[in-house]
Amino acid sequence: MKRIYSVLVENRAGVLCKVAGLFSRRCFNIDSLAVGETDSKDVSCMTIVSSGDERTIEQIEKQLNKKLDVIKVKTFAESSSISRELMLIKVKYNPGSRRDIMETCEIMKAQIVDMSTTMMMIQICDQPERIQLFLSMLKSISIVEVARTGTLALQKCMDSENGK
Amino acid sequence: MTGADAMVKCLEKEGVQVVFGYPGVAICPFYNSVLDSEIRTVLIRTEQNAAHCASGYARISGKPGVCVVTSGPGATNLITGVATAFADSIPLVCITGQVNSSMIGSDVFQEADITGAVESFVKYSYLVRNVEDIPHIFKEAFYIANSGRKGPVLIDIPCDIQNEAIGRFTYPENISMRTYKPTVEGNMVQIKKVIREIEHAKKPIICVGGGVTLSGAVDEIRSFAEKYQIPVVSTMMGIGVMPAKHPLYYGMVGNNGRRYANRAMNESDLLLMVGARVADRAVNRPDLITEDKVLVHIDVDPAEIGKNVGPTIPLVGDIRHIFDAVLGQEFKTEDHSQWIESLNGYRNTMKEKRPQIGEEYADPSAFIPKLAAQMDDDAVYVADVGQNQIWSTAFYDIRDGGRFLTSGGMGTMGYSIPAAMGARIAAPKRQVVAVCGDGAFQMSMMELGTMAQHDIRIKIVVMRNNYLGMVREYQHFTYHDHYSVVDIAGKPDLDKLAQAYGLGYLKVDGHCDMDEQIRSFLKDDSSMLMEVMVDPTDLVKA
Repeated sequence: MKRIYSVLVENRAGVLCKVAGLFSRRCFNIDSLAVGETDSKDVSCMTIVSSGDERTIEQIEKQLNKKLDVIKVKTFAESSSISRELMLIKVKYNPGSRRDIMETCEIMKAQIVDMSTTMMMIQICDQPERIQLFLSMLKSISIVEVARTGTLALQKCMDSENGK
Repeated sequence: MTGADAMVKCLEKEGVQVVFGYPGVAICPFYNSVLDSEIRTVLIRTEQNAAHCASGYARISGKPGVCVVTSGPGATNLITGVATAFADSIPLVCITGQVNSSMIGSDVFQEADITGAVESFVKYSYLVRNVEDIPHIFKEAFYIANSGRKGPVLIDIPCDIQNEAIGRFTYPENISMRTYKPTVEGNMVQIKKVIREIEHAKKPIICVGGGVTLSGAVDEIRSFAEKYQIPVVSTMMGIGVMPAKHPLYYGMVGNNGRRYANRAMNESDLLLMVGARVADRAVNRPDLITEDKVLVHIDVDPAEIGKNVGPTIPLVGDIRHIFDAVLGQEFKTEDHSQWIESLNGYRNTMKEKRPQIGEEYADPSAFIPKLAAQMDDDAVYVADVGQNQIWSTAFYDIRDGGRFLTSGGMGTMGYSIPAAMGARIAAPKRQVVAVCGDGAFQMSMMELGTMAQHDIRIKIVVMRNNYLGMVREYQHFTYHDHYSVVDIAGKPDLDKLAQAYGLGYLKVDGHCDMDEQIRSFLKDDSSMLMEVMVDPTDLVKA
């Protein structure tokens, strides 16, 4: 079972290490992890995608809540969230493949953000499974480098939700 | 005022009377400042024991134990003691010196990333980066250590910050942390749900753990059990919640527990697990325990509920508050007399078997009850780890007001002597007896020096069989007497060793008058060492 944890933490040195350490020490999986500051400077948001059985998923939430640098843990299934991932991908092209790449980018709504005479860099921001799909579409051409942010997610908007 | 002065002042503000530790360059500013205060310093012989001393002190005083050591090896030596306290939820504040701030990360002499190294064994840790942070960090550290689920907190302070001048010292009155608000009061809806289960149960039982003592709920639990006539069993950490001879008490559960205690727990239809983790030693197959019974799990740490066992009726909060609330409600239960009668039957008939023992040896099942009989009612009995620990749990009859300390979760050998020293410092009038094997004794016998130097008077019983008995027993059963690395060759003469440290020495074997020897052992307040010759072939499980 996949689960997304949106974890608000104190923006301090060493917190990422403590949270990541908790996962490794208790043998919880991390499928992806993304960290960044929130609207308030002293709070960071960590988006962690993990998987496991029901008990593991409950334990992850409880153990996260136990950490003294964790302010709040929200957990939700993929289906009740909006999730996005950003990928930068550098590919080699030649006159024969150039058009194909550009068409694939167009279909998938990816942008070419940089290029040289032999290489181009493509940016795509989409749902994690579409990122995966895009990557597989480019498998036939020569990929030089890939960098991904990991999933970012927030729970879907609900009218009952009252600010924070 | 320097950072080091501020550290001392913080300890004074927290009412700290004693620190256990070992100096080194990186913590010297602190040890320089502490000299001008009323705080007593105890120079321990190795840092691990500073943490064990602080643990014994904390468990008897109810206040966090404090240890102060230097950077690098001083700090890393502390880790086993910190982990031991963490496993048993004992409140400690551990202060470590660190190399100068500008040097951190460059692998200079005696540098160790101690906050990184202890991360999974502490409730929280700090690396102080600014001298002005000292007061609020100390305030938080003491609050965190001794509230909610208690545990060790570590503060790492670079040497330059200890030497830096602090502008203005104000110790915070209160602390409020947005990330830490332990649940104290139990949820009333859940409490009522639990009461409904108690009302209908025909065969209820309470299993008490270390959390009951930690929350100071011993009286509440006893009153509750007595009022509603509910039998009680305990985990190893729960020993002492009930006096051993209490009619409603049926002993320790678990793989090293009483058979009738396990049977009582298994046959119950309602199990109230109170301040216990449902760990592997106490419950063999946690996944099966809820098959035929309702399990109510009461703990201050929500993460313990459902970790090892489920499904349960969870009740999160401080045990004393919860049982106060339960005792405040009026309700009637079923008649439990038949249930109690059958448990009494098990207790009377399911006698533990003992192996045949050579007549030249003392039988622990005879020695420990005789020792207990002559000990003070409010004595502190500190059991080490190994066969001696299991014999202690089985044969030591704790009385009302007595305490039983041991390293339950971590099973750290060598715990008993330093923990007993800490206990004695916390309660200088109480009789404190450490019981260990000859393996564990040799892990902390250097502290005989500390005892002598600081006049810390404790009684030490060494159960001697010249083997690492517990492992030997395991190899006896599992590897069919294929003994590997359990013979403790090299025989310190304990009589001479006691003499070297100026301790009284007594020996007990199969031929002496045990009662007479115990009388001499306990007759006055002085430190004594008693060597009890135990049959190497003796077992905890016959």
